[in-house]
Amino acid sequence: MARVVVNVPASAKRGEVIEIRTLAGHVMESGFRRTERGELMPRDIITRFSCSYNGVEVFSADLYPAMAANPLITFTTVATESGTLEFKWTGDNGYAVTQSAPITVV
Amino acid sequence: MLSAGEIPLAERRSGYEFMSRETRAMQDDEATGPALFSLFDGEALWNRKAGQAGVACASCHGSMKGVAVRYPKVESGRAVNLEQQINVCRTARQNAPPWAYESRELLALTAYVARESRGMPIGIEWNGATAPFLAAGREAFNRRQGQLNLSCAQCHDDNWGRRLAGSVIPQAHPTGYPIYRLEWEALGSLQRRLRNCLTGIRAETPPYGASELVDLELFLMWRANGMRLETPAVRP
Amino acid sequence: MTTRRDFLILACGATAAAGAPGLAAAQLAPNIAAQRKAALEEAIRKSTGGAEVKKGKVTLEVPPLIDNGNSVPITVKVDSPMTREDHVKAIHLFTEKNPQPYIMNAQLGPRSGRAALTTRARIADSGRVIAIAQMSDGSFWSETTSVVVTLSACLEDGLI
Repeated sequence: MARVVVNVPASAKRGEVIEIRTLAGHVMESGFRRTERGELMPRDIITRFSCSYNGVEVFSADLYPAMAANPLITFTTVATESGTLEFKWTGDNGYAVTQSAPITVV
Repeated sequence: MLSAGEIPLAERRSGYEFMSRETRAMQDDEATGPALFSLFDGEALWNRKAGQAGVACASCHGSMKGVAVRYPKVESGRAVNLEQQINVCRTARQNAPPWAYESRELLALTAYVARESRGMPIGIEWNGATAPFLAAGREAFNRRQGQLNLSCAQCHDDNWGRRLAGSVIPQAHPTGYPIYRLEWEALGSLQRRLRNCLTGIRAETPPYGASELVDLELFLMWRANGMRLETPAVRP
Repeated sequence: MTTRRDFLILACGATAAAGAPGLAAAQLAPNIAAQRKAALEEAIRKSTGGAEVKKGKVTLEVPPLIDNGNSVPITVKVDSPMTREDHVKAIHLFTEKNPQPYIMNAQLGPRSGRAALTTRARIADSGRVIAIAQMSDGSFWSETTSVVVTLSACLEDGLI
């Protein structure tokens, strides 16, 4: 079951730079590991992460096999207005997860 | 009651103290800790009705605060660890099949239960009931074994703090199990870690759940008495 | 017929096989190390379009002695006002000795407020971690940190 966690402050002052911490539960199989029999284990990673703020993309990242398992991505954004932050993760084998978090900007 | 070479309470140090600042931060920040998803899974399992009896853990049990720091326990003539106790409840009370050792479910639920004792001091009693099992565990801890002919004590009593091939040797207190071990990139039990150590010294590894392993777990917890539980800990 | 190139690869492969597995600081066979170095240089070239990369503005926080290469916390900060006129457009993270050099490419902008990000990477072996910031004015700035990665003292997988 695809699992993600986002940490967003519930409220912020207009213009404040807020820190957002995200964690996705994913094995991030690099594609370079071998089984005990020497068979290559196929790559299975999250390849892209993005954050939109009321529909406008404010941060994104391309991820590669050198990301650790259960990838953590912490970034910042300016609290411009109240609304919704939407987070999206996509990857190999059709992996696709979205998560939303509300934010109140005073 | 300490034997020569065993670590007195004032000098007991958790594996936490031997890690880098950054790895410690991974353990401290529970909001982004790598064990987080297992804890969510554990919470769901705790509340889910299961088995033919159709009851959840939550149906019988309230708070599990203080439980994990008193495990393993001695019951019906043998030492029983927390994972085994959970499976006893599953089979006897929920009428559900037991979970395999190191399965995602068993680890998650064990982590969830143990986490409720995070911050509490470990407290295992050496009394009439536990004495034979603690003695067996202590004997195993001090016994040379494997092709490398090493005992646990030689590294973890006599040489803790020194380096073995670049890694610092900890005192080997099970203060945070199940742990998220970076080497495993996953949560795992104390028995997994013990079996890995035994493989490391090229000794035979008893199967999961073997009484020798639980006796050793019991002794290790007693040896860590007074130290605070850190479950779920992060370790290299 | 074995070409000279094939012979060299075979010879280097034999050297790699003869090297004991599980040496505490994993030594790569010379041709593999060279391949990875070339891949890193190519990756940097692709990310910068061959532009000059200057040292500065970027702060790269990585533990110098890594407990376990499977999960290495990395924080990158770039000295930038993050205004519409002057901001960081992208941060590229690389590592030197992995089978492939890319860790993450992040796209930022004026709405980021600060140029700062944190993640956790897999670092296979002792070597450099490199962060390159791509600025809105087309310039590139970087910081490099050398890290030491040790293997676990006791190898725990069953012997084959």
